[in-house]
Amino acid sequence: MNENLKSIFYPLLLLGGLLVLWVFAVRNWGVPNYILPSFESVLGALHRGYIEGAYWKDFGYTLSSMLLGYVSGCALAFIMGMMFAEFRWLERLLYPFVLGLQSMPKVALAPLILVWFGFGIGSKAVMVALVCFFPMFINTAVGLKATDPSLIDLMRAFSASRLQILMRIKIPSAASHIFAGLQISIVLGLIGAVVAEFVSSSHGLGYLINNATTTLDTSTMFAALISLAVIGILGSQIIKFLQRKLVFWENDNDTQVAA
Amino acid sequence: MIQEGIPTMSGELIFRAENLGVTYQSSRGPTPALENFSTEMAKGEFVSILGPSGCGKSTLLKVAAGLLTPSSGVVELAGEPITGPRRDVGIVFQQPTLLKWQTVLDNVLLPIRTLGMDLEVGRARAHDLLRLVELENFERHYPHELSGGMQQRVGIARGLVHDPSLLLMDEPFAALDAMTRENMMIELQRIWMETRKSVIFITHSIPEAVFLSSRVLVLSHRPARILKDVTIDLPLPRTQETLGSARFAELCSELRAMFSQTKK
Repeated sequence: MNENLKSIFYPLLLLGGLLVLWVFAVRNWGVPNYILPSFESVLGALHRGYIEGAYWKDFGYTLSSMLLGYVSGCALAFIMGMMFAEFRWLERLLYPFVLGLQSMPKVALAPLILVWFGFGIGSKAVMVALVCFFPMFINTAVGLKATDPSLIDLMRAFSASRLQILMRIKIPSAASHIFAGLQISIVLGLIGAVVAEFVSSSHGLGYLINNATTTLDTSTMFAALISLAVIGILGSQIIKFLQRKLVFWENDNDTQVAA
Repeated sequence: MIQEGIPTMSGELIFRAENLGVTYQSSRGPTPALENFSTEMAKGEFVSILGPSGCGKSTLLKVAAGLLTPSSGVVELAGEPITGPRRDVGIVFQQPTLLKWQTVLDNVLLPIRTLGMDLEVGRARAHDLLRLVELENFERHYPHELSGGMQQRVGIARGLVHDPSLLLMDEPFAALDAMTRENMMIELQRIWMETRKSVIFITHSIPEAVFLSSRVLVLSHRPARILKDVTIDLPLPRTQETLGSARFAELCSELRAMFSQTKK
């Protein structure tokens, strides 16, 4: 078996083992359903949700608040990170505040954001944007500043403008850092979306989970969790794919990003 | 014998520095990097600046490139004072410093694009130069697909593509392994013989300086002053055999003796 097949086969083997253990535990050890739903009931919930279509609305709600917040949060963070790296005075002015905000758990702001931005999808998107902002911002700023100073000297020696240096040298140099930010923000953004829905929402996968607690409907919880995982994994894979295509020159030393 | 003093110059001057001084403002107050530096360089000369690490060699290079304004003194390129970046200077760094996201050809064309020169003319020159550095078959490759020595040769081609009157080289072989270094030395000698560019070559390797140069300036510790101005009389072209010659060894050991004195 070659290495590629092994890296697919081994996790599948573990997954299979866990599923067997799960089914066995529910059937033979009498683990009650409100603690651990049976495999079949989770499949049933997923069937009801996505074949019969009961969850699509919630899936769409969470996905759109996630996308809206992610794109706007990351775009804003990219622009701000760029300005931060380019203008020393701006960095001096804002750095303590950035540090302060960064040390604060952003999810604790969720109730406040709901008050400020209402109970619709807008407040969820703002929450997502907020948690996406910092990793993207820091990575952009750090990446731009890590540009090889010799390359900048070289461009300056050819009378290149600041904008030329930024566009042609600094941004491509920072590409891996920027993608690392995008990667971390996917996972964090999803947390933001779910937390905002927990606080107050009548839609979304987070709402489904929260709502299911009242009836101890663990199979719905499991189904919603699986849905969230799918969004997270797909998002990460899309970013990874884009990175491989766009930052092709660094594929050899593939760096793993931990969120 | 090593001839001392500024040699008699025929032809026009390409570079001239008079009482050049550079002082950096650091947290511990003003730090002089370069002091009373005066020299003249004729067109077509290959001048090595040889000095201990951190003596201010790179400062001199930055001044010549117009990236750093001297605190005192005069510095001229082809008779004009250097007041800022100039298009007739080429630079080769210690690291290849190539754009990893561009092909070899596009990297060589970077000065042409940045300076807004004619791209067609530039492309023709880039092809010629890549042939000169023996990389004509690698134009479509990316830097990470090349060895360190090949990358540095791309850097040299890039330094020459806009036909500068002066080429500045900042320890261009320092990051290479010993074998590659020797080959690159011979290669650069050949390129210089073919292009006859004026070159200022910063190094702390004595054999490199002796092998390549028409003149070697030995610098002191910080703040850098010229201790000796040595004309290298080894016959051209210099080859692998030159490296084994008695005269080469003699020049090296004489320079080494001077070099070790600078530590006192």
